[in-house]
Amino acid sequence: MTAGTIMPYDEALERFEPVLGLETHVELGTRSKMFCGCKTTFGAPPNTQVCPTCLAFPGALPVANAQAIESTIRIGLALNCSIAEWCRFARKNYFYPDMPKNYQISQYDEPLCFDGYVDVEVDGKTVRIEIERVHLEEDTGKSTHVGGATGRIHGADYSIVDYNRAGIPLVEIVTKPIPGADRLAPEVARAYVTELREIMRSLGVSDVRMEEGSLRCDVNVSLMPRGSSEWGTRTETKNVNSLRSVERAVRSEIERQAAVLAGGGTITQETRHFHEDTGTTTSGRSKEEAQDYRYFPEPDLVPIAPDPAWVAELKAALPELPSVKRKRLQAEWGLSDLDMQAMHNADAIDLVEATVAAGAPAADARKWWMGELARKSNESGTPLADLPITPEQIARVTELVASGALNDKLAREVLEGVLAGEGTPDEVVERRGLKIVNDEGELSAIIDQVLADNADAAEKVRSGKIAAAGALVGGVMRASKGKADAARARQLILEKLGVSE
Amino acid sequence: MSAITRDEVAHLARLSRLALTDDELDHYATQLDAIIESVAKVAEVAAEDVPPSSHALPLTNVFRADEVRQSLTPDQALGGAPAVEDDRFRVPRILGEEA
Amino acid sequence: MSLIRKTAAELGSMIAAGEVSAVEVAEAHLDRMAEVEPKVQAFLHVDREVTLEQARAVDARLRAGEKLGPLAGVPIAHKDIFTTRDMPTTAASKILEGWRPPYDATVTARLREAGLVILGKTNLDEFAMGSSTENSAYHPTHNPWDLTKVPGGSSGGSSAAVAAYEAPLSTGTDTGGSIRQPAAVTGIVGMKPTYGGSSRYGLIAFASSLDTPGPFARNVLDAALLHEAFSGYDPMDSTSIDAPVPSVVEAAKNPDVAGMRIGVVKEFAGEGYQAGVLARYHEAVQLLESLGAKVVEVSCPSFTTALPAYYLIAPSECSSNLARFDAMRYGLRVGDDGTRSAEEVMALTRAAGFGPEVKRRIMLGTYALSSGYYDAYYGQAQKVRTVIAREFEAAYQQVDVLVSPTTPTTAFPIGERADDPMAMYLADLCTIPSNLAGNAAMSVPCGLADEDGLPVGLQIMAPVLADDRCYRVGAAVEQALESRWGGSLLSKAPQL
Repeated sequence: MTAGTIMPYDEALERFEPVLGLETHVELGTRSKMFCGCKTTFGAPPNTQVCPTCLAFPGALPVANAQAIESTIRIGLALNCSIAEWCRFARKNYFYPDMPKNYQISQYDEPLCFDGYVDVEVDGKTVRIEIERVHLEEDTGKSTHVGGATGRIHGADYSIVDYNRAGIPLVEIVTKPIPGADRLAPEVARAYVTELREIMRSLGVSDVRMEEGSLRCDVNVSLMPRGSSEWGTRTETKNVNSLRSVERAVRSEIERQAAVLAGGGTITQETRHFHEDTGTTTSGRSKEEAQDYRYFPEPDLVPIAPDPAWVAELKAALPELPSVKRKRLQAEWGLSDLDMQAMHNADAIDLVEATVAAGAPAADARKWWMGELARKSNESGTPLADLPITPEQIARVTELVASGALNDKLAREVLEGVLAGEGTPDEVVERRGLKIVNDEGELSAIIDQVLADNADAAEKVRSGKIAAAGALVGGVMRASKGKADAARARQLILEKLGVSE
Repeated sequence: MSAITRDEVAHLARLSRLALTDDELDHYATQLDAIIESVAKVAEVAAEDVPPSSHALPLTNVFRADEVRQSLTPDQALGGAPAVEDDRFRVPRILGEEA
Repeated sequence: MSLIRKTAAELGSMIAAGEVSAVEVAEAHLDRMAEVEPKVQAFLHVDREVTLEQARAVDARLRAGEKLGPLAGVPIAHKDIFTTRDMPTTAASKILEGWRPPYDATVTARLREAGLVILGKTNLDEFAMGSSTENSAYHPTHNPWDLTKVPGGSSGGSSAAVAAYEAPLSTGTDTGGSIRQPAAVTGIVGMKPTYGGSSRYGLIAFASSLDTPGPFARNVLDAALLHEAFSGYDPMDSTSIDAPVPSVVEAAKNPDVAGMRIGVVKEFAGEGYQAGVLARYHEAVQLLESLGAKVVEVSCPSFTTALPAYYLIAPSECSSNLARFDAMRYGLRVGDDGTRSAEEVMALTRAAGFGPEVKRRIMLGTYALSSGYYDAYYGQAQKVRTVIAREFEAAYQQVDVLVSPTTPTTAFPIGERADDPMAMYLADLCTIPSNLAGNAAMSVPCGLADEDGLPVGLQIMAPVLADDRCYRVGAAVEQALESRWGGSLLSKAPQL
């Protein structure tokens, strides 16, 4: 087999059927770490959020964070899982410098939540993704590799380790194998991770920022020849760090594996790494000897036995889940599936909803977020939600338009001003002097001047060619630098010329 | 027949991150063989239907509230480290997966 | 009588009454240590100034009218497996040589709160793995009764320090007998509290589900006072029991066994037991009967399987607990020449930093947890653990406490079992079941063996959170025997 050979996607799909599996890690947004009281703030100076427990100093012991347990159960419930009546943490033993104890406190054969599902919509059809398990574990520290050409681990002279992240609670969500996605496998994978992200957000358990690593995804792919029912050997592509990468990683792995299999080769069960720059995966560690994690029940922590009544309470108190909410909002806003899907893809639903909640009509809110702001977002590469403007500010702009104080053109300028950091919409209007010309006297004077300057056009209108009024209105808008109310200007022009519509 | 071979002991030493000499491997192979043979007596207790105990006492649900506690100062955290650079623990090059 | 011969309770009263200062008491013990340490070698770390500073602080607190406990100002020898901010903590291992912890163990912190003055850190078998203290990476400790003999282990430095009158009190940890066995072979009192009754936070872990801190003293009441001083619920230890400490001091003051039901464990006698040990043990049982206790024989057939189960469970946990000693964040680093990988440096450091017994147990535990062996070894050992706990439970339906010899033999010669792990492991034959079941258990002196004139210990086992029963029975035995002997057993020990 030649490294780097791929089979075009369409051909690969003609010959093989993909089976997917996804393991997603979500860092919980608890105030303190999983097993100690250290803070979890992202981006703190190195080794300032560490203590004897998360540095694995001799003698230190873990105590489980109650909030993390509750959040995990809520995630399990939101994913339609059963909740364990009794389960334990387990130690996963392997040596690695970013893992202070050289074992990870995780869960093995007794996950907190198991046997659930989540439905995702792809291409207008609903795909049910079955959830194998949801369990709780702890994150590792972060190594920086020094020396060598690439800053990568290979070729580095040594590494330096920051343990601030070590011990942050991590929920692992594992799907059952997903057959049947067929040529939509990349889109299904992306839709699933998107859905998980929204569920996490709606539960308020994590900020799920893929770029900060608080949501990380490992993608398992295997192929079986068409007509076969025996699954192939799978590979696991690690740490795929954006929604787009999830989709690309699946596609690239399908293309690669298809080429290997078609060339008579075999797939090695291995860990692979996704490269954002090339959109391809490369082989990770060579498994010279199979890992033997020697899992055993964590003796430093006692079993968890959630009270069923408490679990029922948590279930009853779950917020409306994103898929349900989307259906409701779509009906309320009277949108087509296509429009709703576009908003979903743009991550605009929550923003529009918040804008409506702040008093804007749904159509206006949607128009701004999906129009002007979506454009800005694309231009700057900033997610919509991260633009420096709030739903309340958009609502204020729509209010100003509705009251006649702004027209659409001025409103766009106001948004630009807000995005540029010039203040609130009202401050921008004030500073840039963007108020519509409401003074009838001033407007009347402008119109008189425009009529005088465009005598031919004025004459056409007077003679009944009302369509020619458009040019006159345009002249008024130019003369007023866009601040005139176009409708009122038209009315006055017709009045002055003695015609009516 | 021995319960454990020298090769298995070498494998255990690798898994345990213990760089043992050939002589040590021979020595430990003999001793571990005797120990394993002896501890295998646990099989004599009929316990098919008995649940295993991972803990001495049947406690459950011991948690702490999600509250922040004082962390160590960087000096305390890094003070005992064999090597430090830029407030981080400096460690030899890491073999392992390409990241 | 010199200060070093006084009991902890007496010293505490004298200090509280202002008859003597904590500094004077500490100095008397530091002087004794200077005198006998060359022979006994109970300590790994002593810093006279740090100790006197603590004593001065206690004197100041007392002068300021602060209400401290009954042991305020009393000196204590502290096992070097508990972290201490002001003294190095090594667990007697080269891998931690010179390590200065940035935090105090809960036990350490409670000793300080109660005003105890730490004389130094005592020797032990490396990471508490052993029964003779010969596995210390630094030096062996000698039994004050006979300097050619071991002081027991793993807490042998603590037992020897108390037996040699270097300290009236000391701390220990008991994973398979590491308090009771050294207490027995040095002729003092040692108590393993109920698992979870005393905090493991800051105790360098050997086997997490078994490790239990406990007290050593020259008499039962002193042990109870120390027990009460550092035990009780600790939110930093998830396995800590959130319940009041059993009233051990009150029990130690009420040595009345009339009407108590005492079970003699049938399996712990006979072949393999030294004749002199059995003779003293049987006398102690008769003594209890003469004091009004009802003695019955109880059979716990699986107790003989406790030893193999222990030598699977403890090494399994230790193989994982000791993984953190990897040369990355603290402690020894060997072979980092700029070319070797982290993996190689870890392996070289661990090979150089751990002693033979620690390596044996790490490999044994790694084996027992490996896929393919787990069910037959670790899994089965955990089932045996359940069976043993059930046998205890059944026995406690019939009796209030169980008794046995603490250890099958008296102190053995230094070097005799050093490279014979199987022989060494037998020292804990009788003590291990209580660890597996989390029960309370004590060793009290019950005489000297005829063959060698060395101390014999009686083990008293009680159910979970019934630690007070050990103290009641222990105090009764102590009172009756001391009146028979005309003094403590230790007063018969040769002068050092």
